[in-house]
Amino acid sequence: MKARTIVAALCLSTLAFACARATPEKSDVTIKNFSFGPNAITVAAGTTVTWHNTDGEPHTVVSADGLFRSAALDTGEAFSFKFTKAGTFKYVCTIHPRMVATVTVK
Amino acid sequence: MIVTDKPSRRGALKCLAYGGAGTLFTLSGGVLVASDLAQAATKKMKHADVGMPLFVQISDTHIGFNKEANPDVAGTLKESIALVNAMPRQPSLILHTGDITQLSKPEQFDMAGQLLAGLKVSDIHYVPGEHDVADAGGGKEFFSRFGKPSNNLGYYSFDSEGVHFIALINVLDFKPGGLGILGADQLAWLKKDLEGRSASQPIVVFAHMPLWTIYEPWGWGTGDAEQAFALMRRFGSVTVLNGHIHQIVSKVEGNITFQTARATCFPQPAAGVGPGPGPLTVDKAELPHMLGIRSITYTPHPATMTIKDTALA
Repeated sequence: MKARTIVAALCLSTLAFACARATPEKSDVTIKNFSFGPNAITVAAGTTVTWHNTDGEPHTVVSADGLFRSAALDTGEAFSFKFTKAGTFKYVCTIHPRMVATVTVK
Repeated sequence: MIVTDKPSRRGALKCLAYGGAGTLFTLSGGVLVASDLAQAATKKMKHADVGMPLFVQISDTHIGFNKEANPDVAGTLKESIALVNAMPRQPSLILHTGDITQLSKPEQFDMAGQLLAGLKVSDIHYVPGEHDVADAGGGKEFFSRFGKPSNNLGYYSFDSEGVHFIALINVLDFKPGGLGILGADQLAWLKKDLEGRSASQPIVVFAHMPLWTIYEPWGWGTGDAEQAFALMRRFGSVTVLNGHIHQIVSKVEGNITFQTARATCFPQPAAGVGPGPGPLTVDKAELPHMLGIRSITYTPHPATMTIKDTALA
């Protein structure tokens, strides 16, 4: 968990570029109009997914099983998490819990 | 039947200026009476008309919000606090029904704490909103500051002036689709808390999200709240106070009165109007028209009351 936190922190920092180079697979999700887009993504294990909040409202990215949890993301802020194990991970915005989406890792 | 003074034009303008203020609750013959704070602060308010000031509800301060709908939420909270402080007799306590902060950031909690310390009344009871438990720690910031009364569980109760106050938390877990949840542990605690209590004791329940379903598509409700109210129906007077939707919506069901409160920060659209809930930006001059005053008509024998919310323009 600690390593994941460090990865997430690195990606959020100005070292995002270096982080992206260190992890060849990456994928992006845009938060817009109270929804995650794409709503369901499928990625390979080892992929770092980055969520970008483009809404005027803050959002969070919180997995249902506790695997990952962002802080509240204000407009323009992002959160990244590296998926290392296979499975389908459901996540929500805890501020607007009707916002539900999934990441499937193969 | 006593009808409280209709506010004068000057008074109404003053109300406009303090449109973000909270709601004052007084206990009159065992029945809770709500009145608009802006009105309570005017000299025309005769104290004997409304009984002892029991408490004030402040909600949705959203400290840290700085966007178009209100770039100065600290300013409107200060104005709300000034209104409470101007009351001729101070209430015994304050309830904050959540969304203290915008983003659960430590500096936002600190600033809210500094502002609320400006209240003459220091006895403030909190419940968190979903904006207060949105830190990466899932509520660590809130509970490190306000977790003591509930042993970090979020639900607790206390008595004041013969009234039983119950704080509930409905922002930690959600039903699929977004309604709030109390959960089995909290409901079991509530059952114990109410057991053996006299049905004549007035009950005040406060929580952030509405405890009845106002609008399910926007998550404006609490999925298992009915189980809580099943435990309360035997009581003669139950008042349920919520925030979250930044507007007044009320409902009476038997002896249970439901009331959501205005925010001190910005309005939100009415249920189902527009793409979703969120800050409603209106023209500066339009803002007072979004707000209103609440007039109360009540009869002392027997103590019954009618609440009427009226738009200012």
